[in-house]
Amino acid sequence: MSMIIFLVCLILAWQGFYYVGVDLLGLCKSYSVPSPMGVGERLIELCQDGSIFVAIGNSFLRGLIGFGIAVLIGIVVGLLINHFKFLNKNLKPIILGIQTLPSVCWVPFSILWFGLSTEAILFVVVMGAAFSISISVDNAINNIQPIYKKAALTMGATKKQMYLHIVFPAALPELIAGLKQGWSFAWRALMAGEVMTTSIGLGQTLIMGRDLGDIDQVMLVMIIIVLMGILIDKCVFSTIEKRILKKRGLA
Amino acid sequence: MSLSIKNLSKKFDNSEKSTLNSIDLEIKDGEFICIVGASGCGKTTLLNLIAGLETPTTGEILLDGNKVTKPGADRTVMFQEHGLYPWLNVVDNVKFPLKLAKMPKEEQEKRAEHYLKMVGLIEYKDYPIHQISGGMRQRTALARALAMDSKILLMDEPFSALDKQTSNQLRAELQKIWIETHKTILFITHSVEESVYLSDRVVVLSPKTGSITDIVDINIPRPREVYSPEFVELRHKILDKVKGENTL
Repeated sequence: MSMIIFLVCLILAWQGFYYVGVDLLGLCKSYSVPSPMGVGERLIELCQDGSIFVAIGNSFLRGLIGFGIAVLIGIVVGLLINHFKFLNKNLKPIILGIQTLPSVCWVPFSILWFGLSTEAILFVVVMGAAFSISISVDNAINNIQPIYKKAALTMGATKKQMYLHIVFPAALPELIAGLKQGWSFAWRALMAGEVMTTSIGLGQTLIMGRDLGDIDQVMLVMIIIVLMGILIDKCVFSTIEKRILKKRGLA
Repeated sequence: MSLSIKNLSKKFDNSEKSTLNSIDLEIKDGEFICIVGASGCGKTTLLNLIAGLETPTTGEILLDGNKVTKPGADRTVMFQEHGLYPWLNVVDNVKFPLKLAKMPKEEQEKRAEHYLKMVGLIEYKDYPIHQISGGMRQRTALARALAMDSKILLMDEPFSALDKQTSNQLRAELQKIWIETHKTILFITHSVEESVYLSDRVVVLSPKTGSITDIVDINIPRPREVYSPEFVELRHKILDKVKGENTL
């Protein structure tokens, strides 16, 4: 509730500054500063012709596919660097390094290899998220309480059983946290990928706003990107996380 | 079942002297053995070696004639911290090793219930682990260890993290359970009283040399009373040995 009041105040203040700064004093040009009214109008227009829904749907679908692939790769690589000492010593530092690369850095490669296509966008998403996920998988497994494994060993657990019945459930809470972070990386990378291509999506809608000098549309897309990010985080990851922690008496 | 420890020594890479030094010990079927000694005498190391969690520097451990090389379900361990799984409830924790052993479902259910009844937790079988007390957690761990029906049960100071009252109550129950089941148990403790109360033989380990200084037979009939004259006498006798070893 207090959040809503705060947001309303924020929007009112924004409109107030716009009115004073742009309309009254002319300190800034109206094409360089968005206004709440303008953003609202663009929203209604884009809703009416339905293009915003198509953009959101496309982006979300790409994000989901890219994230899915990143999760698969991330988990496999994470398990490998955790399991094999050699890889842990030699490959993990490299992955840690690559993880610090902003996802835009993958754009040149993706265009050269895949052209201006959906695959190119997915490539950027996967590269942006997979490494962070693999590092979290490794950490999650390392942070398992040693007694869980020790107890299982003395109960006769085989290697396969150890992964299935101990490592996976014990690492699950941290794993979910890692996936959550991976999703935020994927979502950011998706925008980096989408602004470079012409396929319909949020990133492309944003760039179109820039090309048309329509700062309100740029702002609108930015707001939608933030809202989508919050929505997925709260509705999917936080819900799962809370449920697991509550079941184990940790929340 | 027979467990024989032959000329067993263990020296860790980072320490100058051996933690354990030429240990020889035979454990018979159905025997309750306690290992006592001041902290740092290598009690837990000995247990870990038998469990297969550590490898000896020299010597060997034979279980029914087979050399112990790795952990296995025939030598289950009950730890000081319960080692239960928080993602499973009480009964599923007890069933866990049976599931690993791929026992039929009904048999798992039957055994788990039998041992939960034995430790007095049957009403709590569906409780999550975080909702039961420390004492109940150790009971659950005991039920789990018993349900496995392993050849030998290794207990590493299982009651020492509990408050005095709960730990006294649990060891009384363990005595009762042992009278019923006559399981072979190797029990590590720093409490001499606990060792006299529970075991057939008390093995005293020396922190100075890392070897066995004495083995005392406890021939007091069960159920035992901590205040009986013979109990007090034996307790003093062993306490003196432990103390004598402790003064460096």
